[in-house]
Amino acid sequence: MALKKKDHLELYRQMVLIRRVEERSAELYQAGKIGGFLHLYIGQEAVSTGIVSVRQPQDRIITAYRDHGVALNVGISAKAVIAELLGKETGVSKGRGGSMHMADVEKNFWGGHAIVGAHLPIAAGMALGDQYEGRDGVTICMFGDGATNIGFFHEGVNLSKVWNLPVLWLCENNQYGMGTAVDRASAVEQIHMKAEGYGIPHSRLEDGMDIMKVREAVGAALDHIRSGKGPYFLEVMTYRFQGHSMGDPQRYREKDEVTKWEKSDPIGIYHRYIVGDKIAAKADLDKIEEAVEVEVNEAIEFAEASPDPGFDTLYDYMYASKE
Amino acid sequence: MAIITMRQAISDALWEEMERDPKVFIMGQEVGVWGGTYAVTKGFLDHFGEKRVRDTPIAESAIVGAGIGASMVGLRPVSEIMTINFAFVAMDYIVNEAPKMHTMFGGQMSVPLVIRTAGGGGRQLGATHSQTPDAIFAHFPGLKVVSPGTPADAKGLLKAAIRDNDPVLFIEHAAMYQIRGEVPEGDYTTPIGVSKVQREGDAVTIVTYCKGLQLSMAAAEQLSAEGIEVEIVDLRSLRPLDMGPALESFKKTNRAVIVEEGWPSYGVGAEVATRLYEAAFDYADAPIKRVAQKEVPLPYNAALEQFALPQVDDVVAAVKEVL
Ligand SMILES: Cc1ncc(C[n+]2csc(CCOP(=O)(O)OP(=O)(O)O)c2C)c(N)n1
Ligand SMILES: [Mg+2]
Repeated sequence: MALKKKDHLELYRQMVLIRRVEERSAELYQAGKIGGFLHLYIGQEAVSTGIVSVRQPQDRIITAYRDHGVALNVGISAKAVIAELLGKETGVSKGRGGSMHMADVEKNFWGGHAIVGAHLPIAAGMALGDQYEGRDGVTICMFGDGATNIGFFHEGVNLSKVWNLPVLWLCENNQYGMGTAVDRASAVEQIHMKAEGYGIPHSRLEDGMDIMKVREAVGAALDHIRSGKGPYFLEVMTYRFQGHSMGDPQRYREKDEVTKWEKSDPIGIYHRYIVGDKIAAKADLDKIEEAVEVEVNEAIEFAEASPDPGFDTLYDYMYASKE
Repeated sequence: MAIITMRQAISDALWEEMERDPKVFIMGQEVGVWGGTYAVTKGFLDHFGEKRVRDTPIAESAIVGAGIGASMVGLRPVSEIMTINFAFVAMDYIVNEAPKMHTMFGGQMSVPLVIRTAGGGGRQLGATHSQTPDAIFAHFPGLKVVSPGTPADAKGLLKAAIRDNDPVLFIEHAAMYQIRGEVPEGDYTTPIGVSKVQREGDAVTIVTYCKGLQLSMAAAEQLSAEGIEVEIVDLRSLRPLDMGPALESFKKTNRAVIVEEGWPSYGVGAEVATRLYEAAFDYADAPIKRVAQKEVPLPYNAALEQFALPQVDDVVAAVKEVL
């Protein structure tokens, strides 16, 4: 599917939006306005933006706790994302979920899951739901490199092949699980090779910083699954520029390593691509950046002005049955 | 009313619900070709086919996790855990995923899942295979926990659980499949979260459930021969816990014994006794007594195992103590 100028500008906008929301969230966290854990997506923007841009509306998406990127990509407003970070009633999960638990079921985004690897069997079940009902959606399940070492991963991936479920296992290999490098935690460094043991076709995208390459790889994987051939496993190499979460002293990696990777900033790469290929002018991109700035400012104002959930709502959503 | 076994009652409930609603399906180890570890689903595979009677790998996390995912997207799965002792390897899903989904995302998702399992001791299976850990599951808000003591309630509660929009843990007793009881004709449900007086009396209130009901009924007969008429309240659901009938009875008899098969520490009896004291301390004419399993991992030796499990005589003795 060839992209038009306006499509490129929209993808660029999304990546910049994620970057700004994350930068401003870090400030809000430092100011004590965001509580709990805050895992930033800075550096990985090309991955979620690429994935969401090639999925069809019927394709479900589910991810781990580093979920602000997907949330914004699927079209949850910056207002609802930041309000959730601030724990407000107007947040996308009504202030019940926080940073790690954002979802918008109407946009086929199923969260935001904070127990490492636990959402893989759940994703398999969602794919089973589509297979059972004869719907042609694919469930795209994103998870980190660290998640491939927990038992849930193996149970979920195995089941997906046993039942030939329409699921895309998408490992975002940002090379660390908290402070533990992949080679210190995983028996194989080529994580996609784990799929070999389950008879699932697999590949690795070495350059997950380039959104065009992400789109191509994910598109091909989705085609494979949509043609009825069962699950596919795609590993995408990427890097997080910030700490694992706020307040991470990052003793586990050299500053040089981060600096080296920052040269492959996915937003910079895309900027050069768009301007270099004369898809759009630098001025067009400047305009987008300015508009995003305004949007995020407004979102923060909105979130700060929003009410906290009332104490009288504490037991709302305890059970689905009563509603 | 027909007199049928517990096994038949549970099997009928599943069968009728599967006939009623094509979204209902079962999955678990040996539910299909084998016909169910306790022969509850014998004949199901032939009648309903592989799509709806799904044998799974030995992967409890995936069995419950995929059940959660499938239920989130509109199906009504019954995930079977062969025995409750294996629920521990799926603990995250039972207590940390299923009960959280609805509330954590502000009501966007629901998990209309039934987890069927069998617990209990007395079959010389040793310490790892003989537990009655119901109370730990009942600890978690958001999860409904039911455990029937009669075939009629088993059928009605299982149907209610399948139609319920929240996750329900349905705990059977592995040594009770052969017990018989009257079961109403036709389609009916038994409400979750409603306890029931199973025998009327005025001397002492016995509060119990599941296997404890059998023990208590047998004890009641012995006591009746001596002119002591106990009232037996069957909780049927551990969460939500309906204390109404137990309280009412306690206010009438002023004495209570709580009978459970699990260990007493932090158990059902501890909870019920506390609630009786909190709500009706002034009505107590004697300290409330608990009858429960001795605090050891259950031994294999038959006599030793029975010695560790609560017996009819223990119930009789406890009633006499509070009189
Ligand atoms: C079962 C479980 N164990 C430990 C944690 C704590 N924890 C949160 S994130 C994380 C690292 C996960 O790394 P990875 O899967 O690579 O994802 P990334 O943070 O790199 O995106 C750990 C250990 C958890 N949330 N869940
Ligand atoms: Mg990682």
